[in-house]
Amino acid sequence: MELIDLTLIWIVVIGIGVFMYVLMDGFDLGVGILFPFAPDDRARDEMMNSVAPVWDGNETWLVLGGAGLLAAFPMVYAVFLPALYIGVFLLLAGLIFRGVAFEFRFKASADSRHWWDRAFFGGSTVAAFAQGAVAGAYIQGFEVEGFSYVGGPLDWLSAFTVMTGLGVVAGYALLGITWTILKTEGNTRDWAYNLAPKLLAAVMAFFVIVSIWTPLASEHVRDRWFDHLTALWIFPLLTVLTAAWVFGKLRKRSDAAPFIGSMTLFALFYIGLLISMWPYAVPPEHTFWDAASDPGSQLFLLLGVLFLIPIILGYTAWTYWVFRGKVKAGEGYAGH
Amino acid sequence: MELDPLLLSRFQFAFVVSFHAIFPVFTIGLAAYIAVLETLYYRTDNPAWEKLSKFWTKVFALVFGMGVVSGIVMAFQFGTNWSSFSYASANFMGPILSYEVVTAFFLEATFLGVLLFGRDKVPKGAHLFSACMVAIGTFISSFWILSANSWMQTPAGIEINDGIVQVTSWTQAIFNSSLPYRFAHMALASFITGGFVVAGVSAWYLLKGRNIETSRKALKMTVIMLAIATPLQLFVGDLHGLNTFEEQPIKVAAMEGHWETRQGAPLILFAIPDSRNETNHFEIGIPRLGSLILTHSLDGEVTGLTSVPAEDRPPVGIVFWSFRIMVGLGILFIVLSLAAAWQLWRGRLEQSPRLLRALTWMIPLPFVAVLAGWFVTEVGRQPWLIHGVMRLSEGVTPSLTGGMVLLTLIGYITVYAVVFTAGLYYLKRVILAGPDPVESTPEDESARAKRPWSAVPAGLDDNAAKARS
Repeated sequence: MELIDLTLIWIVVIGIGVFMYVLMDGFDLGVGILFPFAPDDRARDEMMNSVAPVWDGNETWLVLGGAGLLAAFPMVYAVFLPALYIGVFLLLAGLIFRGVAFEFRFKASADSRHWWDRAFFGGSTVAAFAQGAVAGAYIQGFEVEGFSYVGGPLDWLSAFTVMTGLGVVAGYALLGITWTILKTEGNTRDWAYNLAPKLLAAVMAFFVIVSIWTPLASEHVRDRWFDHLTALWIFPLLTVLTAAWVFGKLRKRSDAAPFIGSMTLFALFYIGLLISMWPYAVPPEHTFWDAASDPGSQLFLLLGVLFLIPIILGYTAWTYWVFRGKVKAGEGYAGH
Repeated sequence: MELDPLLLSRFQFAFVVSFHAIFPVFTIGLAAYIAVLETLYYRTDNPAWEKLSKFWTKVFALVFGMGVVSGIVMAFQFGTNWSSFSYASANFMGPILSYEVVTAFFLEATFLGVLLFGRDKVPKGAHLFSACMVAIGTFISSFWILSANSWMQTPAGIEINDGIVQVTSWTQAIFNSSLPYRFAHMALASFITGGFVVAGVSAWYLLKGRNIETSRKALKMTVIMLAIATPLQLFVGDLHGLNTFEEQPIKVAAMEGHWETRQGAPLILFAIPDSRNETNHFEIGIPRLGSLILTHSLDGEVTGLTSVPAEDRPPVGIVFWSFRIMVGLGILFIVLSLAAAWQLWRGRLEQSPRLLRALTWMIPLPFVAVLAGWFVTEVGRQPWLIHGVMRLSEGVTPSLTGGMVLLTLIGYITVYAVVFTAGLYYLKRVILAGPDPVESTPEDESARAKRPWSAVPAGLDDNAAKARS
């Protein structure tokens, strides 16, 4: 396997898979995070119906992330999950409540519906926070001996990971609010236009805090960004420019541009994280190449994945096209 | 008391996987049924098929939702509690589970959106296509996960280097020797489970005199299917057992309650296995029948539990009794299905309230049978994680403490209790509400009369009309 570096290809595949998850489940978790702040029940119905046909497919990218890590980078799977044991439980419990809330909310009677509103909000928020904390814990690094985690159950929980957790909650809320702008009209959209700039400001505040804190928390990251001032600084610059562009589009009440801009922001955050951490899969010591599975296994799965992912993207795009446009009253669950 | 992370992890896995298993086993069968209903609607334009499909799709959505969220837990459970196993087996398990995601999960999840919400947004053919994709997705999914499970029971196509599994032959590893039997057994179990739920609910509507037209159609279809599938399951289950006898004789010894290796072993019907004294109490058996079933010879030799040291034996009582529950229920299913089919043949099924009531009572039992079956095969694999390759104690996450596992175990039990209670409650409401009524028009009547298997006497329609009003 000298000619083709399968591990490198797998980093790209998993990288894209995780990013797809963050974008796609990001906006529907964001809709959940925003739930209690929506102006009325009608707005909540519209918001939930706007994601109801697609959330399940979106969440599947997370399962692909988990299974793909086991297949291509088993060490990551076998270290992260034990290290984040309690956090993973919170993530899963959050996703369970968020997931069942879709079906249960519309089956519940009027006076018990608010419980599932809360489950939807609480589940989405806890899941988003846990994902942010996982990203923070990845930056922090893990105590590893051989190929096993040897640290304590709450090592992952620190002021830094709480900050990254809250940052992701704010970030997903931004994706959720701009998605709401894209998919609704009238009152609901007015409310979203009003709230979106505040969320954008909050996200940028988290961006600044985490960007300053990360190099302080990790020597490796400090060296990466400050040792030799390089072209890498184009990314933070682009982030600021994109945020300014989204801000402008929100003021002009553009429908689609804020959502596209918010996704671009996430792409830039993601690239920034990868630049910071490269080439470490299980920091502070183990690279992706240390964590890789057998080349035969990587190849066996890669052949199928390269063939199937375009098909998956194809039919996913088709369903988004089927449910394109604004959510109308009486569609989705209401007309169920 | 010291909390043992291994024991608690086993409890946790048994709990989350059992909770999860009840949903897919139902939705695999139900998805296929919905695809059939959609096909019938597509071809005949009879609105009754659409009403039925809409109704069962509502049920499907609720159950599938619970299956999805409890399934995500499974994708991470391997890493959180069994990280050493995951790491050691990743070269095989990783690609297999990933193939399940890319060939099945995306298919199910994406087309489910169109099946549930797209009826008025896509052409009829595209909606039917989506229903079929969901059904096919559930089957592909069960293929991969059963391949992974079968490989843990009957590993093949691998070698072990430095404690790490390396795949030497993907075909041998994926199509390992127990997969065909396990897959056929599970697929039939899904049809039987889905069938009994649909039959039970339809029978209940008929007893209540509600939704007569749709329920009659649904009951007829499922009774015919069950009359074929339940006896077939006995046959497939027997083949599965023979494969296990060959590959995992100690599991079969536990299932049968055989302590000593002997020729002409009896078929034990009842016993209380006693692991400490390596014997059975209150044993009732039929002489030589055990040997006859397993070896097809009255004097065939049947391996006993004592042929291996105690630490290589599974807990006998659970395996022994789960097996009896599964087989006992299976026989009950055959008897009831054949009785219902016989009455259907005579055109008297709807006039047999006791049979209809029995069908209604059946609804929970296939789930019990499926769980009992999984207990047999999973507990029977103990103490091995990968049969003959890796023990449970070698697979558990090293950093785990008993307290952590206990905390999350209580957490999962609490979360699942809330979700399950609410889910059952809403399911009950959907079923009480029933399918939208179909107004009988003369056109429908003539369409029905043309259907060859419509053996129900016409007089019943009058009864139905009376009952409805």
